[in-house]
Amino acid sequence: MFPEKQKFVVFSVLCIGFLTYTSFLYTHLPNPNPSFSSSEAKGKALWQKHNCIACHQIYGLGGYLGPDLTNEYSLRGSMFIHIFLQSGNTTMPNYHLSETEIQELTDYLKSVDQSGKADPRKFSINTNGTINQ
Amino acid sequence: MELSINKAKFTPKVFILVALILLAAGMLFGTIGGLQYIIPGFLKEALSFEKTRPLHVSSVLFWILFASMGAVLTYLKEHTKNKLYSTNLARLLFILFVFSVIAILIAYCLGVFGGREYWEFPPILSAPIIVGWVIFLINFVLSVGTLKNQPVYIWMWLTGIIFFLFTFSESYLWLFPYFNNHVVNDMNIQWKSYGSMVGSWNMLIYGSSMYLMTKISGDKSYAHSNKAFILYFAGLFNLMFNWGHHIYTLPTQPYVQYISYSVSMTELLILGNIIYGWKASLTTAQKFFNRDAYRFLVAADVWIFLNLVLAIGMSIPAINVYTHGTHITVAHAMGTTIGINTMLLLAVCYDILKDTCISLDPYQKIMKFGFWLANSSLFAFWIALIGAGVLKAKWQMSANQIAFNLMMQNLTPFFIVFMVSGVLLLIGIVLSIYPLFKNHLACFLTEKTNP
Repeated sequence: MFPEKQKFVVFSVLCIGFLTYTSFLYTHLPNPNPSFSSSEAKGKALWQKHNCIACHQIYGLGGYLGPDLTNEYSLRGSMFIHIFLQSGNTTMPNYHLSETEIQELTDYLKSVDQSGKADPRKFSINTNGTINQ
Repeated sequence: MELSINKAKFTPKVFILVALILLAAGMLFGTIGGLQYIIPGFLKEALSFEKTRPLHVSSVLFWILFASMGAVLTYLKEHTKNKLYSTNLARLLFILFVFSVIAILIAYCLGVFGGREYWEFPPILSAPIIVGWVIFLINFVLSVGTLKNQPVYIWMWLTGIIFFLFTFSESYLWLFPYFNNHVVNDMNIQWKSYGSMVGSWNMLIYGSSMYLMTKISGDKSYAHSNKAFILYFAGLFNLMFNWGHHIYTLPTQPYVQYISYSVSMTELLILGNIIYGWKASLTTAQKFFNRDAYRFLVAADVWIFLNLVLAIGMSIPAINVYTHGTHITVAHAMGTTIGINTMLLLAVCYDILKDTCISLDPYQKIMKFGFWLANSSLFAFWIALIGAGVLKAKWQMSANQIAFNLMMQNLTPFFIVFMVSGVLLLIGIVLSIYPLFKNHLACFLTEKTNP
């Protein structure tokens, strides 16, 4: 039998470790100087309002019906994003966004693009199984 | 249906009944979503994919939550010999969750979002979920009293309840600008919470299945054994620290990758234990296979093995860089949600809603057919997703990528298999649960005629 005292000790040690790691992550965010402008923040809210993540991915996370949009801004440019958001396509509905909303969403995608690279071909693989950007 | 919400008659069985309805609804929405993959533009105006996906995902997530709450409350009542602290609190929990799920599904149908992936509903609707869960925790703690000399499933349930509350609340930190003002900061915390949240409901489900196994075998010693507690602590360790495998490709701090990679490899211990105990579990399986509930436990064992192998592979960053963002991830999500969680919860449903009012014997053939149809079609479904994922991984790594829509067209044969097997899976599950509803309806009618 696992002694009762040991169960509580193991449980407590794990919980303390978890809480320490959690608070460390909260206080050491990857980007200590957050950078969303007002327009980008509004674009992010629109992204959530229209549930774009159901079909698209950011850094490979999201739905698979549409492409990953992390670096769409630098790959296709703002004009392409603009036109796409104005009309939709066979699969994507036209959300009837205003010019301002289209600009805010484009600004959000620009800030996502500037946050890093999501293309898996850009990663180097180390012999210990880890990867580097 | 005043059946069990009525003050005198409330039983946790109502959680299970609502859960089964949500499971059927989730699979139906999943079928519509599958059709949208192979027929571009299908229902684009009325129910486009950004509505179908959350309808499917939330129905299935709430199937898991409702069935887990029903299982924990029912078994807790049995474990404490009918000393559930408060039936009123359980009723309030039920009402809060039913209200939430109805409001959430209506919001999705109307295209009202505002949340994030998996919890896409407007954030205000998370309030009744959090309040309900606090009530669940209070009811659980006051019913159990002490953790001293308790079997491992009590520890698992308590851990699952606490960590779901913590991680679900944590997933709303994006409401604070400090976390929300940079996409990488936001996703870092989002996936930290999501990764651990899955572990929290797994604790509720695995705890319930362990209670059920103890009940079927009549042997209480395993739930108190060293081995059970070692595996529980290994699971808890992974719940707390292995979430980083979701975000290996996110430009976050490197130690997130190193910690998660190292911790995930401890799952080899669990895999080794399955292989080591394979022969013994096969003997037990042969002994109890004719029991309806046990059959689903055996199926879950096979799915645990298959998905654990896949999960360990995907937890190695060098492999993850190929599989991330492909349908291999979906195969893992579906394999664990349907193959493991749903099979275990169906076992629990069979135990809780078994032949109390009518004999299930006349339905044995249908139930067995449903069981085999569900599992064989799930296997085809899983393989189709892995196949689609391999082709997408090849495309992602290709130096000369063709256009995204052309790549998707090349995946169509896999999506067709995925769609057909998804429909067969739905039929299999419906056939499996239909007699349980018939039994409960008979119980309801008996209560009505002989109050």
